[in-house]
Amino acid sequence: MSFKTNCLAAVAALALMCGAAQAQTLRYANQGELKSLDPYTVNETTTNAHLGHPYEGLTARGKDLKIEPALAEKWEVSDDGLKWRFFLRKGVKFHNGEDFTADDVIFSAERVRAPGSNFTTRIPTDAKFTKVDDYTIDVTLSSPNPILNAQWDTWYIMSKKWAEANNAVAPTPAAATTPSHASLNANGTGPFKIESHQPGVKTVFKVNENWWNKKVEHNLKEIVFTPIASDATRVAALLSGEVDVIEPVPIQDIQRVNSAGNVQVMTGPELRTIFLGMDQTRDELLESNVKGKNPFKDPKVRQAFYQAIDIETIKSRVMRGLSTPSPLMIAPELFPHAGFTRAKFDTEASKKLLAEAGYPNGFEVGMDCPNDRYVNDGQICQAVVGMLARAGIKVNLNAQPKGQYFAKVLKSGGYKTSFYLLGWTPGTFDSHNVLNDILGCRDVAGSSRGESNLGGYCNKKVDALTDKILVEPDTAKRDAMIKEAFKITVDEFSYIPLHQQALAWGVSKKVKLTQRADNSVLLYYATKE
Amino acid sequence: MSMTTRPPASPEKIPTRWERFLDSDILASFLRSKVTMVAAFVVLLLFIGAAFSPWIAPTNPFDPASVFLADANIPPAWQQGGEARFIFGTDDQGRDLYSAILYGLRVSLVVGGLGVILAASIGITLGLLAGYLGGRVDSLIMRIADVQLTFPAILIALLIDGVVRGIFKSASREDTAIYVLVISIGLSFWVQYARTVRGSTLVERNKDYVQAARLVGLPAPLIMLRHVLPNVIGPVLVILTINLALAVITEATLSFLGVGLPPTQPSLGTLISIGNRYLFSGDWWIVAFPGVTLAILVLAVNLLGDWLRDALNPRLR
Repeated sequence: MSFKTNCLAAVAALALMCGAAQAQTLRYANQGELKSLDPYTVNETTTNAHLGHPYEGLTARGKDLKIEPALAEKWEVSDDGLKWRFFLRKGVKFHNGEDFTADDVIFSAERVRAPGSNFTTRIPTDAKFTKVDDYTIDVTLSSPNPILNAQWDTWYIMSKKWAEANNAVAPTPAAATTPSHASLNANGTGPFKIESHQPGVKTVFKVNENWWNKKVEHNLKEIVFTPIASDATRVAALLSGEVDVIEPVPIQDIQRVNSAGNVQVMTGPELRTIFLGMDQTRDELLESNVKGKNPFKDPKVRQAFYQAIDIETIKSRVMRGLSTPSPLMIAPELFPHAGFTRAKFDTEASKKLLAEAGYPNGFEVGMDCPNDRYVNDGQICQAVVGMLARAGIKVNLNAQPKGQYFAKVLKSGGYKTSFYLLGWTPGTFDSHNVLNDILGCRDVAGSSRGESNLGGYCNKKVDALTDKILVEPDTAKRDAMIKEAFKITVDEFSYIPLHQQALAWGVSKKVKLTQRADNSVLLYYATKE
Repeated sequence: MSMTTRPPASPEKIPTRWERFLDSDILASFLRSKVTMVAAFVVLLLFIGAAFSPWIAPTNPFDPASVFLADANIPPAWQQGGEARFIFGTDDQGRDLYSAILYGLRVSLVVGGLGVILAASIGITLGLLAGYLGGRVDSLIMRIADVQLTFPAILIALLIDGVVRGIFKSASREDTAIYVLVISIGLSFWVQYARTVRGSTLVERNKDYVQAARLVGLPAPLIMLRHVLPNVIGPVLVILTINLALAVITEATLSFLGVGLPPTQPSLGTLISIGNRYLFSGDWWIVAFPGVTLAILVLAVNLLGDWLRDALNPRLR
């Protein structure tokens, strides 16, 4: 005990001494871990936000999610829409001191589209990158793409020389079992450098004194990131002042945290849609007792699953009212839900549909679920297991941390799932991204469409509309086409959308922070007293 | 052993086992200690509750179809908002906590019991071999034991758990969890048995009866099993009892850490882990009742173990 008190006294004394200094250390805890520092491994908002500190894209998104220039100072599009010219920022240096030039952009454009990358949809497969001079790049397209750079804020630019010198030219796949140099180290141009990285334990970011951007908003010298998976421990760490920022605050604890006095919960609607997906491509499901056929190929079975789920009870019990049940795969802030309603919760109807589809006694299926990625994701999956059980479906739940989960279900893991829970925020904040990445046919040669369509739902009509939506300049016509495409996918029960969850960040009152609606915790907006 | 060496009560009649038991020191010492009797009663009660949980429990918490999410987080019956059908309240999925505790107790005891039996089998075998054969075999086994003793049991259990899960990647966690836990506990607790048995065997093997058996020409395995083992088993029984409590706690710890039983088949540890999430929001019952049950079980088993140690120790009699 006396040793402990001595330590506490020493810490207190140190804290008093440090109080005079201006630059601060901010401690941040998230429920999930930061596994790989390779910016092309997992396309997931939390990871992208973490890596947005050491890395930067050609563009950035501001606090209001509007596109802003970053490593590219400005850009022009030719009249036919087939050629984009990007003017790169001069005088930018990577953390290791190398100059940032057009070669790095061309290298990153190749790397992000290479096998093993989870970001292949960032750049069309046929786009050609050519170097005009050291600070100018031309991108030539075979068809117009008005939203070419809409997701480039999370296409982070890597150094060519550094990658080549460290045997990191190929992206690290999420399913990789041995870490590459790029997954343990980072060399970007961003506002923070990686001081140390222990995957799953702790990552220390140190301020980059030589950052090109002179408009520094934060007053930090260091960010210490630790994953704390346990809800109660994470909240306790915030309340005791051990950490300054946590994401998320478990919704059952929001009241408790707000009444604590020294901390507050920043809440708001999130643009993410949580949904269930089903494998509709394999001829036989990987994890099921139905052999020789795939029950999910039958829309009736998908409808039966949909109608077995009591979304209102999930909202009131698991989400404590902090969710918006959704009929669409996109948030109402991004595309209006008018004209769409959720199929009614009706267990009897589900049983009937299953009987009509040839499964009067139901069947068994495995389900993959992350338990540290979305708000109460593990509990939602458990609730779904119970609801489906009443319709006669036996679900074998495999809920695991997101590192293992993503390695199994994503493209680099071979889409090894039969039934899964996932959340999606369109990186472009536009319906096209959902129709292309989640609802588009996947595995078409020469196309990166459907990269995150883990269940492989496919309808050529939707794809054709998606292509038209991409280039349609007239908003009314475009919205009508989006609505038509969504209608097809809803009528076919392509997915089971669940809800949009709420943002809940726990922030010490000493810290001022901007909350972006895409749930990116960006600490270069943070100031700490 | 006093039980086996005591002369017959009367020359005419050889007493039956039961009569010998009634006359033994063990029973007398048991009847003298009130604490032990209470502990034994509690353990018996918990064992019955666990063994007959499907008949005693009002609902089956392992059957997802009978659990309704709408019943989630209901407080215990005597609190405001509580319902009579859920005496101890419900957890976050709407499971009746009373039923879940009975079923969880069963899982905990089965895992703990099997784990201890596995540990004892490994430990006794290796201990006998080491003590009886001596030499290189002894050195090898005891060095392995020494190395393992430098790691905490929970760490070894975590390691084994990780390795087994890595090997059986495809298998569903619900099917493999119990076996993985039993193996983890078994392989992390064997050292104590091995050391105890080896120590006693070293003493016994030089005694006249063992020498005699050897001279008669009995094979070594037979001597070990039939002659040495019965005379070294006393201390093992004590460790067995105390280790049962430890194994139950290890199981609970592993489940609490999320590497044990899945939330769909909760053991006591899993229930405590679920409840831990709701500690700050005031739903105290989810963590409290399984926790209290675990504490009572471990305390009672430990008290029994203590008594057994004293009762079997001739020096304390």
